[in-house]
Amino acid sequence: MNSPQTLFAKIWDEHVVVQEDGAPSLMYVDLHLVHEVTSPQAFTGLRTRGLRVRCPDRTVATVDHSIPTIASGLQAADKEAANQIRHMEENAAAFGVKLFGLSSPQRGIVHVIGPELGLTQPGMTIVCGDSHTSTHGAFGALAFGIGTSEVEHVLASQCVLQRRPKTFEVRIEGRLGPGVAAKDVILALLSKIGVSGGAGHVFEYTGSAVRMLSMEERMTICNMSIEGGARAGMVGPDDTTIEYLNGRPYAPAGPAWDRAVDRWRRLSSDEGAGYDASVTLDACALQPMITYGTNPGMGIPVTGVVPDPDRTDDGAMKEGLKKSLAYMGLKPGQRLLGQPVDVVFIGSCTNSRLSDLRLAAGIIKHKKVAPTVRMLVVPGSQEVKRQAEAEGLDRVFISAGAEWRESGCSMCIAMNGDQLEPGQYAVSTSNRNFEGRQGKGGRTFLASPLTAAAAAIAGKIVDVREMVNS
Amino acid sequence: MSSFPPFSSRIVYLPHSDIDTDQIIPARYLKVTDKQGLGEGLFADLRRKPDGSPDPDFPLNKPENSGASVLLTGENFGCGSSREHAPWALKTAGFRAIISASFADIFRNNALKNSLLPVVVDAETHARLVNLLALHPEAEVAVDLASQTVRLPDGFEVRFPLDGFSKRSLLDGVDELGYILSFAKEIENFERRHESPPGEVAA
Repeated sequence: MNSPQTLFAKIWDEHVVVQEDGAPSLMYVDLHLVHEVTSPQAFTGLRTRGLRVRCPDRTVATVDHSIPTIASGLQAADKEAANQIRHMEENAAAFGVKLFGLSSPQRGIVHVIGPELGLTQPGMTIVCGDSHTSTHGAFGALAFGIGTSEVEHVLASQCVLQRRPKTFEVRIEGRLGPGVAAKDVILALLSKIGVSGGAGHVFEYTGSAVRMLSMEERMTICNMSIEGGARAGMVGPDDTTIEYLNGRPYAPAGPAWDRAVDRWRRLSSDEGAGYDASVTLDACALQPMITYGTNPGMGIPVTGVVPDPDRTDDGAMKEGLKKSLAYMGLKPGQRLLGQPVDVVFIGSCTNSRLSDLRLAAGIIKHKKVAPTVRMLVVPGSQEVKRQAEAEGLDRVFISAGAEWRESGCSMCIAMNGDQLEPGQYAVSTSNRNFEGRQGKGGRTFLASPLTAAAAAIAGKIVDVREMVNS
Repeated sequence: MSSFPPFSSRIVYLPHSDIDTDQIIPARYLKVTDKQGLGEGLFADLRRKPDGSPDPDFPLNKPENSGASVLLTGENFGCGSSREHAPWALKTAGFRAIISASFADIFRNNALKNSLLPVVVDAETHARLVNLLALHPEAEVAVDLASQTVRLPDGFEVRFPLDGFSKRSLLDGVDELGYILSFAKEIENFERRHESPPGEVAA
């Protein structure tokens, strides 16, 4: 009898093309997602060597990072951004790569459209020159971010050299309480294991709570695996996965669908498969989370207090915490409840899907955004935007006084015109609160769409459970 | 002639842990389509005051550190975004090795592909280096990839770990894409037995 295997091991073993002694594995890539920021130098490399894209049918490009999200005319923020977008268009045309460009109704954030179009499928290896490629692991794919040199390697060979990572089981049992969202689960995990706790590992999220989550919720959690240092996060495919994919434009159909489903159902980790590390979270005990510092591991329950650097013995941690609090303008022991905010951002590859917008709209409905707050709602794709508009969510946001935008990475990355002003405080549903991430000098509190929407109404950080329960 | 010969250099010390790639090079510098001019973006927000003038207290701005090609920093260096612009910017600014207790996985991969050597040292060695610099800011460290050692002026020498493949690649200047493409036959054979690519079904 074969020994029980993890989901990760099954996919890894099936994709090793060459394994030389002492060398990293040469891994085959099933799907290569490409965007405008991390690909131009890779295409230039191909040109220099006179190489073609080996598998245009496994390569899909879009523009998302540097594009504007203002509806009128979609003028790029500056000529550098416009140039980068033009390069993507020219490279896709020259190398025969499918591009969902600025004028495509199917364009959007690369980690939103992959799943939405059914390109992302269980059992695949998926790479992209973007660390949030971990998102696609929600489907039981092995998906991880790569650098531009590796983008060039994959374009030229459809392969990438990788060392086999270790496995890390994140078991989440129980049911989430009212006002607690998938984002709170991952922020709670990060606050527990820190931003390097998963380094060298691939997370697999298991347990009853994960089984109850929708695909979009699973994507939110897998998306931020990289914030724990793990390059990939995965969930074993189940009925929820299969139901989501059925009928998507690039999902298999007819007899091919039945064969694929058969294959996908055998992928989940076998009973008794072992992991190199593990941690357990009790979903019932989780509260709405918010970050106070300058990395995503610096999170606390929204009712909690900012930690005191002087109460840790670890010198590096103490210094890091002091630096973070100085940047954030916060004091040790301070409560975040009541902290005024200037901007609320609903969007990014973490939380810009239809269910995220529904959560935020549910809080906003029949209310007004506080006059001191600028609220941006940026759907993850043009398809998400259309669906949201069909449900009237756009009118909920607009009549509350929020800005309803075209899709894109927007204020998550501050390279496209959407950004914080120095000193501003934002509650963001994005994934990174790094110094300057949302704009030079901008200060970010990461939270769920529920907590972010509640802050927009109140003009300050509040416990959304008080709005949900009332 | 080795592609990564031994060298000695002064050390720039950035004391913090978890320095993410957004700090190494902010996103607004990623709008280039080549690898030129990225030195400008290196630690752009850390090395300047809010008014845009250089911060004289930032280690990279100190005159004694100009020309240094070794960076000493806290653990988990290079976490966050996969942007290879981070090692490109560090290389552009003249760095050849980074010493830390640990590196984020993607950054480490990206660094190695650009002949930027990630040197992992234990906490004791890290502390010894920090103390050395506190007393002798001009101290030089000798980095030798062939013997996988860093040597301090007091003669203290420590071996750092590096897998044989990466070491050979750096020393011999191996073209990784050339290495991968040497397996064209194996890739073709693999493709013959592997699942076909996702096709658009609904037109």
